[in-house]
Amino acid sequence: MTSESSMPRQLLPGLLLAGAVATNLLVSFSMARISHQWLPVQASTAAPYVDDLFALETGIGSFIFLGCIGVMVWTLLFNRADKYDMDDGDPIEGNLRLEIVWTIIPLVIVMLIAWKAIGVSQTLASLGGKVRVAGAEDAVQVAESGSGGSAPAGAIEVIARQWSWEFVYPNGVRSTELHLPVNEQVTFRLISMDVLHGFFIPAFRLKQDLIPGSVIDYSLTPTREGRYRLRDSMFSGGYFAANQTDVVVESATTFSRWLEAAAKVPLQPAANPATDLYRQRLARGDRGWATVPPAPPPLVHVSQDPLAGHEA
Amino acid sequence: MKPDPQMSPSSVFDPRVLKAPHPVPGAPDNWRRFFGFNTDAKVIGIQYIALALFFLLVGGLLAMIMRGELLTPPSDLVDPTVYNGLYTMHGTVMLFLFLFPILNGFNNLLIPPMIGAPDMAFPRLNAAAFWIVPVFGVVLMASFLVPGGPSSSGWWAYPPVSTQNPLNHFINGQFLWILAVALSGVSSIMGAVNFCTTILRMRAPGMTLFRMPIFCWTALAAQAIQLGGLPVLTAGAVMLLFDLSFGTSFFRPEGGGDPMLYQHFFWFYSHPAVYVMVLPVFGIFSELFPVYARKPLLGYHVVALASFGITFLSLIVWVHHMFTSGTPQWMRNVFMVTTMLIAVPTGIKVFAWLATLWRGKIRLSTPMLFALGGLFNFIFAGITGVMLATVPVDIHVGNTYFVVGHFHTVIFSTITFGVFAGIYHWFPKFTGKMYYEGLGKLHFLLTFIGAQLNFLPMHWAGLMGMPRRVASYDPEFAFANVLASLGAFLLGVATIPFLLNMVSSWVRGPRAPANPWGAIGLEWLLPSPPPAENFEHDVPTVISGPYGYGLGKPLVDDQERYVARSQEA
Repeated sequence: MTSESSMPRQLLPGLLLAGAVATNLLVSFSMARISHQWLPVQASTAAPYVDDLFALETGIGSFIFLGCIGVMVWTLLFNRADKYDMDDGDPIEGNLRLEIVWTIIPLVIVMLIAWKAIGVSQTLASLGGKVRVAGAEDAVQVAESGSGGSAPAGAIEVIARQWSWEFVYPNGVRSTELHLPVNEQVTFRLISMDVLHGFFIPAFRLKQDLIPGSVIDYSLTPTREGRYRLRDSMFSGGYFAANQTDVVVESATTFSRWLEAAAKVPLQPAANPATDLYRQRLARGDRGWATVPPAPPPLVHVSQDPLAGHEA
Repeated sequence: MKPDPQMSPSSVFDPRVLKAPHPVPGAPDNWRRFFGFNTDAKVIGIQYIALALFFLLVGGLLAMIMRGELLTPPSDLVDPTVYNGLYTMHGTVMLFLFLFPILNGFNNLLIPPMIGAPDMAFPRLNAAAFWIVPVFGVVLMASFLVPGGPSSSGWWAYPPVSTQNPLNHFINGQFLWILAVALSGVSSIMGAVNFCTTILRMRAPGMTLFRMPIFCWTALAAQAIQLGGLPVLTAGAVMLLFDLSFGTSFFRPEGGGDPMLYQHFFWFYSHPAVYVMVLPVFGIFSELFPVYARKPLLGYHVVALASFGITFLSLIVWVHHMFTSGTPQWMRNVFMVTTMLIAVPTGIKVFAWLATLWRGKIRLSTPMLFALGGLFNFIFAGITGVMLATVPVDIHVGNTYFVVGHFHTVIFSTITFGVFAGIYHWFPKFTGKMYYEGLGKLHFLLTFIGAQLNFLPMHWAGLMGMPRRVASYDPEFAFANVLASLGAFLLGVATIPFLLNMVSSWVRGPRAPANPWGAIGLEWLLPSPPPAENFEHDVPTVISGPYGYGLGKPLVDDQERYVARSQEA
């Protein structure tokens, strides 16, 4: 910068700062916009709320990150010591006003984010609640009694085992692939028969652990037709990674046709990747580290299609 | 020794404690001293660091086998059960055998000289605490050899998976794992008692709490967590052991127990444990930025107190690990708010460091590069941490690779960067040799690139829905995983210049002067390496605060004499 500049010298730092803040705002805003692309397709009523909150946090986070890194880069460019410069820098020991500012501002920012997040949480709860309906021995009885009985009307039972997912529909149809009608709220009754599992459908942005000894009712509303992935998200032992299946969201008529057709198919053991992997392991001489054997594949009307592709 | 006449009656200096038994009666004065029971804190410090670096290699090797498996979507390199064991042991080794020991090594090396004490308050307890580490290291490594292999339930060891005991052997991997973790807890508690006592009772005359270097503040704040939290984890581990081996039902639902109870026991300590590791690294950053920017640490008092703000908050955030475990809504909200509050004291520190750099005279030597790199990564990790704290986002990304990316950015890209910065910075002081700057910079460059390549794509995979702990994954995650694996292998390569530098510098590096960086601090008034009892009977009286760069005030009475003596040794 030249001293002949027509600009008054004391104005220059202010303008530089304003330019930097404006650039930072612009970049952070774009980051918030772009952040939607880092997420899978939105397929439930909850998804847009989660994504918007994530975008807000990405925007604020980018602004803070770039601001801090900007200061760091500035000092690295302009505050470097020359090779033989052994002097000290400005001996500033503190700046009370600055210290108060950088305590209050982050406090306000995180509390605003927390307030917003609590609001989104309440919205999610109103879109689809979560109730722990039974604990301890009651839960074991509910789990053992199988479908029907105490389940709320229209609930789909989700039974997790090492390592399979089984879905029992209100009409008694059993499958290892989850079919849901689009735009209808559905309630799940989550039951684990052995260890902790996690009911995670990324396209729905929802996740709930299945806790042995508890029965949890959980509801959501799918909003987009398609085939999505359901993944076990809580480590469940040996073949945890294979404990995944598909969720098929389809129109109400397709769904009811599927349900009717499924009821006519005889029950048969489901295809199960974990069982296949375990059989291969036994064929190779049971080499590897210890694992409990997989639970027998559930007897179902409809088995998961291992070859179908999924969208998210 | 007679009390110093200049000492005020209210001084914290207590000559009786200073008269601790001479630590090394008849110990060898050559390299053999590092291989036996030695009560000298400086020997113990190097024992800790060397052992921890050995286990860094072990843990890193396990990580590289895992990343080899994850290069391709299907499970094809090792059996899935082997993968589960590898990731469990990777986490356990890195936390309990690399990070805790190496930070205790720093505590041992730095605390006594920084506060002008001759040694730790309890030298024998100190040595005993160290020697438990190789013992449980052997116990943990032995679990690779027992039938059924090592523990495979993750470093959280959540029941019921952890108590399934497939082979029904009494001695199994999980049993040895619990034993090792319990022993680690005993060792850490012994260390914590020692560090807290030393800092509180053995400071040089004139060294009030608010003249202590920030490293001592953060060490105290971290060790306070150890004292408060470790008994809880140990209690949880004992109950888990009873469920596993003796058929009790603390956590078994079929016997009326609750698996969620274990999660509370585990996280009540294990979340603060991250702060036990990161606080001393904040201390290292606070020591290094003033030295290499030639400026006082801006806002010293607030930075010091913020450490205890972090300690306090760390004890009331643990349920944020259980947002999807059936936690009621009100409890999620409470723990979301407490978790987000942690951003305030950590933010204070980050801004203070940046302001310390501002208008400084920055010198980019290897320790400074690692400190700056660590700060860069920490700011990123802080932002993803706030994202994870908000319940709706956590419900989507919890237990995915987003979390794996986040905490590796903390544990490796911040904490381990800080550890490397500390190793290079104090290497001349405690070995008496200079390291090779070129190799150090190469180490930094490879580590920085490797870390970004390894951990950044993980965030993306997690957002797209890749669960953590999987041995195989759907093909859409392949690109992120290939990048991460390449980064992991690069980090493996990066250890070569590091180890080469450490070994060759120590064996044949140029002799280090007493104060090669022109740093202010009691440890820099000692010769390099310092004598067995530091200042021995001539403990300086501290007359000003730390970090007086550019202020022209001497740190201690009669500073020239100490400087001259440190140089002639």
